[in-house]
Amino acid sequence: MYDYNNFDEGFVRNRVSQFRAQVARRISGALTEDEFKPLRLMNGVYLQLHAYMLRVAIPYGSLNPHQMRQLAMIAERWDKGYGHWTTRQNIQYNWPRLADIPDMLEALADVGMHAIQTSGNTIRNVTADHFAGAAADEIEDPRPTAELLRQWSTDHPEFQFLPRKFKLAVTGSKADRAVTKAHDIGIRIVKNDAGEVGYQILVGGGLGRTPVVGQVLKDFLPREDLLPYVEAVVSVYNTLGRRDNKYKARIKITTMENGIDKIHDLVEARFAQLRPQFSGIDQAHFADISANFKAPEFKTASLDGYHAARDADPIFRSWSDTNVDDHRANGYGIVTISMKAHGATPGDADGNQMRMIADLAEQFGHGDIRISHEQNVVLPHVHRADLPAVFATLRAHGLATANAGLISDIIACPGMDYCALATARSIPVAQEIAERFDELKIEHDVGHLQIKISGCINACGHHHLGHIGILGLDRAGVENYQITLGGDAGPDTTIGKRAGPGFAYDQIVPAIERLVLAYLDLREDESETFIDAFRRLGEAPFKAALYPEEDKTHAA
Amino acid sequence: MPRPFTPKVVTANDLVEGDVIYLAHDGAWVRDMCMAWLIEDEDEAATQLALAETQPEIAVGPYLAGAKACPVGPVPTHFREVFRANGPSNRAHGKQASAPVAAHAYAKAAAHV
Repeated sequence: MYDYNNFDEGFVRNRVSQFRAQVARRISGALTEDEFKPLRLMNGVYLQLHAYMLRVAIPYGSLNPHQMRQLAMIAERWDKGYGHWTTRQNIQYNWPRLADIPDMLEALADVGMHAIQTSGNTIRNVTADHFAGAAADEIEDPRPTAELLRQWSTDHPEFQFLPRKFKLAVTGSKADRAVTKAHDIGIRIVKNDAGEVGYQILVGGGLGRTPVVGQVLKDFLPREDLLPYVEAVVSVYNTLGRRDNKYKARIKITTMENGIDKIHDLVEARFAQLRPQFSGIDQAHFADISANFKAPEFKTASLDGYHAARDADPIFRSWSDTNVDDHRANGYGIVTISMKAHGATPGDADGNQMRMIADLAEQFGHGDIRISHEQNVVLPHVHRADLPAVFATLRAHGLATANAGLISDIIACPGMDYCALATARSIPVAQEIAERFDELKIEHDVGHLQIKISGCINACGHHHLGHIGILGLDRAGVENYQITLGGDAGPDTTIGKRAGPGFAYDQIVPAIERLVLAYLDLREDESETFIDAFRRLGEAPFKAALYPEEDKTHAA
Repeated sequence: MPRPFTPKVVTANDLVEGDVIYLAHDGAWVRDMCMAWLIEDEDEAATQLALAETQPEIAVGPYLAGAKACPVGPVPTHFREVFRANGPSNRAHGKQASAPVAAHAYAKAAAHV
């Protein structure tokens, strides 16, 4: 992975020093809150319901064990012992004191981490496929591209005050585990007919109150044109994007209002201006960056022990079937450590768990750790011979839940338990659904099913993309939950449709249960997933399960 | 026709800790909502909010939150304020960790908002 050089470290430490002085001036009263707020947001500091929140960037979700241990130390020293993995591959600390945050940032700088551009109307943390460099279906590792974009966008003077926040995601696989169509710019590594590797550029995707699927702006972009082209897109957005209405400021609205053809023409014109300024040094730099991401020295080992463990232990077999994906190297697997134990807060990890994962990565995972946008932790390179030992350790620490991709592997935003913007809670709904389906013991029978929950219209929990999406709202002072059906976060990204009236807090879990039990009755066979059955049958039988009383009324 | 005024408390976040604070009758800022001043007069509420806004060195983002009288003191009338007064519902953190008696009252109040 990328290691900070002296320039990077100096840059980050200077920012910490600046922010330390800004915090001191705020506490002394020399700065008002109006003056201080944009400064703290530029350093990832929010003020939430119960405390400040520090959002730390984990570029493309990549961590080394040293960094993970530092995140654990920070959680224990300055927070309440845990952190929260987010859908943008960040970690959030929910309970810091303002006066402690400069020390937290200093501790992050010690391991090459920071919180710059994790807030504000700037280019945010660049995300990527959490299986990058390991996936069997990958065209190319997307991390060097993501790192190049990170370096280009960090403190870019033109893009510090965009009309709104701006999100980039990169995938090197057709499977698209980075949800590129739901980003302001999605970048897909592709091959053209000549076999050359380049990029497909998508633009104008996003969720929130107006969910939009991104459109193709450029089918094939040569690698050497990436930075000037992306700069052209952001530059056009910076000029055209609306600043009169924050709800219409994202590039998805700019694209809808102007049309993709006009955006394309403007980007091409701007690109023609910018291209000569990129003399090629960015490509030399890309080559240097790529060298930092070379594959580990994969070992060869007998798989006898792995197969014996699978035969002897059905619990291990279930976990390895569910939480281990195919790796491009022979004998290896990609391990998803579920941070969704039944009843646990999705995405929370305490200091002990973080250190244990760091140890596992060092011992069995070539020192590589990823945070997924699904709020899980991934060990991308584990030889299958080591899986029984990895599983045993995870199990001893309560992190061996075999539910990756299943109904209890729920993406949930912090919701009204923490977030100042939320209109209802998300976390307890996720907890109760997971516990209910654990009681029913049908989770593995149900198979692949993505439930995603947001506590407000901003859709941080990606509810629009859930096969079953849940949106928490405030209806006359009471929590109310709307269900969307048919969303999908895969390469053919689909926005779910609202099923009908919302459900009260104590009715949402029974509603989900009716929906899933109906699916079990409706599916053709065990191989037909929920989303496939929904696409085959349409919404009617699922709505009938959700609203049985309405069905009776119509029948009468 | 304007809605009739309902009782309010002045609330904000503490500048340094970030946690929820309430204005008490003596003008001090307190952590527990049960010690807050339940203001039943609209003009008085506006006056106290304006005064709170002059204390940025203590209180960040002051506003008026609906509340009602209860034997333990004011309790929230909206579920958002229940979580602010009490703490998150997924962990026993926040106010409920240090004020379990008040937390119980808020939880009871929450059942009726």
